[in-house]
Amino acid sequence: MIVTPASRAPRPAPRLNDFAFKIATVNGTGSASANSLLMQAVFRMGIPVSGKNVFPSNIQGLPTWYEIRVSKDGYTARPSEMDLVVALNPETYAKDVAAVRPGGYLLYDSSWPLPDALRREGITILGVPFGTMCVESFEGDRARTLMRNIAYAGALAALLRIDMDVVSAMLNEKFSKKRALLDSNFKAIRLGYDYAMAHFDCPLPFHLERMDATKDWILLDGNSACGLGAVFAGATVGAWYPITPSTSLMEAFKEYSERYRVDKATGQRKYCLVQAEDELAAAGMVLGAGWAGARAFTSTAGPGISLMSEFVGLGYYAEIPGVFVDVQRTGPSTGMPTRTQQGDLLSIAYLSHGDTKHIALFPGNPEECFYFMPQAFDLAERFQTPVFVVTDLDIGMNDWMCRRLKWDDGYRPDRGRVLGAAELAQVKKFARYADTGGGVPARTLPGVSPKGAYFTRGSGHTSSATYTEDADEYREVVDRLARKLATAADAVPEPEVDAQDGATIGIISIGGCHAAVREALHQLRRDGVAANYMRIRGFPFGRSVRLFMAKHRRCFVVEQNRDGQLRALLAIETGTPIERMIPVLDYGGLPLTAGFVINEISAQLRLMQQPVPEGEMDGIPTGGAMRGVE
Amino acid sequence: MTSIQKPPVRHPSLQQNALGLTKRDYEGAMSTLCAGCGHDSVTAALVQAFWELDVPPHRAAKLSGIGCSSKTTAYFMKQSHGFNSVHGRMPAIATGANAANKDLVYIGISGDGDSLSIGLGQFCHAIRRNVNLLYVLENNGVYGLTKGQFSASADIGSKSKGGEANVQPPIDPVLLALTLGATFVARSFSGDKAQLVPILKAGLRHKGFGLIDIISPCVTFNDHDASTKSYRFTRQHSEEMTAVDFIPLRREITSDSETESRTAAVSVTMHDGSVVRFRRVAETYDPTNRDAAYAHVRALQQRGEVATGLLYIDSSATDMHAVNRTVDRPLVDIPFEELCPGNAALDALMEEFR
Repeated sequence: MIVTPASRAPRPAPRLNDFAFKIATVNGTGSASANSLLMQAVFRMGIPVSGKNVFPSNIQGLPTWYEIRVSKDGYTARPSEMDLVVALNPETYAKDVAAVRPGGYLLYDSSWPLPDALRREGITILGVPFGTMCVESFEGDRARTLMRNIAYAGALAALLRIDMDVVSAMLNEKFSKKRALLDSNFKAIRLGYDYAMAHFDCPLPFHLERMDATKDWILLDGNSACGLGAVFAGATVGAWYPITPSTSLMEAFKEYSERYRVDKATGQRKYCLVQAEDELAAAGMVLGAGWAGARAFTSTAGPGISLMSEFVGLGYYAEIPGVFVDVQRTGPSTGMPTRTQQGDLLSIAYLSHGDTKHIALFPGNPEECFYFMPQAFDLAERFQTPVFVVTDLDIGMNDWMCRRLKWDDGYRPDRGRVLGAAELAQVKKFARYADTGGGVPARTLPGVSPKGAYFTRGSGHTSSATYTEDADEYREVVDRLARKLATAADAVPEPEVDAQDGATIGIISIGGCHAAVREALHQLRRDGVAANYMRIRGFPFGRSVRLFMAKHRRCFVVEQNRDGQLRALLAIETGTPIERMIPVLDYGGLPLTAGFVINEISAQLRLMQQPVPEGEMDGIPTGGAMRGVE
Repeated sequence: MTSIQKPPVRHPSLQQNALGLTKRDYEGAMSTLCAGCGHDSVTAALVQAFWELDVPPHRAAKLSGIGCSSKTTAYFMKQSHGFNSVHGRMPAIATGANAANKDLVYIGISGDGDSLSIGLGQFCHAIRRNVNLLYVLENNGVYGLTKGQFSASADIGSKSKGGEANVQPPIDPVLLALTLGATFVARSFSGDKAQLVPILKAGLRHKGFGLIDIISPCVTFNDHDASTKSYRFTRQHSEEMTAVDFIPLRREITSDSETESRTAAVSVTMHDGSVVRFRRVAETYDPTNRDAAYAHVRALQQRGEVATGLLYIDSSATDMHAVNRTVDRPLVDIPFEELCPGNAALDALMEEFR
């Protein structure tokens, strides 16, 4: 039943495999499985797809949205506009109907009369009586609520032309051992599908058509990828405290360790996972295990990073390896725990009191999360220091299309300069904190040899690990630490640079901004704007980063925080004048869209083209909190 | 000020243990604590205990937090790895190190500020996990390094050097540990080496978390007449519940030993087969009954007395690794090839992500 046809204009040519839709529901009602069923079905039809879960910090009863973007061109950033919105949460009707692009569609539950909140000119409103149909077809409140979700998936299958064979196969896989559930899911899917087919002009003008573009791809979230990466990297000790949005990372480590690391004969585990009492303890356990020779790691989010600060300083100064994964969320303080941000960049770079600096890796997607984990452990052991893997909620918790992961069976861990009993026998006297090249000392593990014994301390120490309050002896060690971190700058992952002919401006981004910036770059190029692009992947910044900064008189720095933290870091570390870097900042907690990046950069470029009286721009400080040079 | 090493001079007649090491081999750097500090007596008892147990020094790891007590890890066993971490966080370091390499002998040294204030949470949770660690709490009721503030173990009415009376109730680590399910709980006095050494030895052999609360007076800030953590007060008010003999596995137990001549009431066999014998000093005391132990310690405390000795032991308890079902080898000894599932496994797994 089409309630308010937008117009009776002639039907436009169908738009295939290039649209976005979102589903607004109440959390805790089981919509997540219907939403992932929809996304996975598109993926299995060979069509590039991405999904963004916009969910509340709550277990049941608050609004939640799931956004699915279908893109034949492989763009996976959060969509800038919605062609179709499924509005199933009366609380958010007003917001949801407003989210439909002009000429788009709204699907609602017509078990009740159309509420005023959903009336809008210029869009097509479709009603399916999901509630009534489910009450008639299923017994019990729980089943009726759950099956309503599957029913809307069925209606969408009809409207968007999702291959029902694919859907059937997925349900069969999922419920192969639960016959009753399988039957009710099939029934619910048919309810929605059949109703839509009977009442609407299916499919809609934008819909799906099979492609062959996902064969070598997978759908993967960053937390699973990091957990899996830690297993492959040979991590044996994990210590953590549950915190959104990082919790599923350690759960993934546990799941894969249970699968791959349990001795089949004895049932014994080749790993030890400790759920700590807090993040302070988790950080201490990582350092304790790293000190004893294990590859150890933790996963956390901003509040946990704050609590780990003291131990991270100890790890830096006492030179103990450990990997710290920060799945960033919206801060400050508790902030918005289920929203994304890149607000921890500055604090991680220099976490803890005193002069500190840390190695950090910034994966841009789940695929890189997997590959960066072994690199992080290698760097931690080679440089004997805490190493951060910095992701965010969007990368960590959403399913991204990634190329199938591969593993090089020739990989062996870089354990760094660890002296064993035989090597210790060769040295006259072991000096734990003496430079053995590149600012890196040699270390020993407890239990190996009496000759390797030394005293680890966070207090002032000499190059031979004895206590000191002497200025020269203190400086000898901290100056070497600075040299060590300088060496590390060219060992961290290189930035990814995409150069274009004739480009004069630069665009810089980091982490999960990449998907949106990449799409924006393509659009800007079509609009006649050529830009060179650099995606930062490691800290401290190495030669390639400095080179890029030196080459560009103007750079846009795209990041997801209010104060332009990456921009500040680039200014501090590379000496680039801050006014040469124009901030493009999105920090409302939702994944970045290409539309935002294009609008911001285009607006700034227009401003730049306006004549500026000579001298007016010189010397005007543009602090991080100021939006650009306006 | 730099650390002071002791001269490596040895008298040829020094007695050797089964490893051919003398007690000097179990010593560390020169103590920089105040002359007469109780902690130095504890250090001496630790040297004795490790030497008598024939622990190879490099197979032990010494861990501590921050404070006067935590400095003492530098003053014994210079051939062991030592770790002076951050304030109140030694249990986390110990838990991580033990997770990685469970075959080392872990000794943690802490104080009342380190354990009962800033580190109370970690102290409690290490007990809950039953981390295989001997936790020595050098308890003097006062913050020494910051010059004399009350700690959380100071008794109500106990006075500071300046004459101020403490008004907040104390946290008793022994009662706390008993409540939390600790599997080895003892209290001793730095001035009673004869009592302390066998308890330390038993604690080192206990498989799980062993707490020894040692009243260790601060001669500079808390050894005056109005203090309840002074040498004199502790000597006058301590009551030994159980005296302990520790008999290592390999030493033959003879029936006519001095132990037997007294009332050897309870023998507890440790995880490694060695035996702890309790001589009951208090007639009705049963160190294997947690509730009774708690009641007894509490009753004494209310009379202003301090119960000492090995107060509670459960040698059958399972430590962190047993609960985790970790492999028998230390995790650090497992070759990478056994840890990494490899590309074939990854490739198969990829199908689950489609």
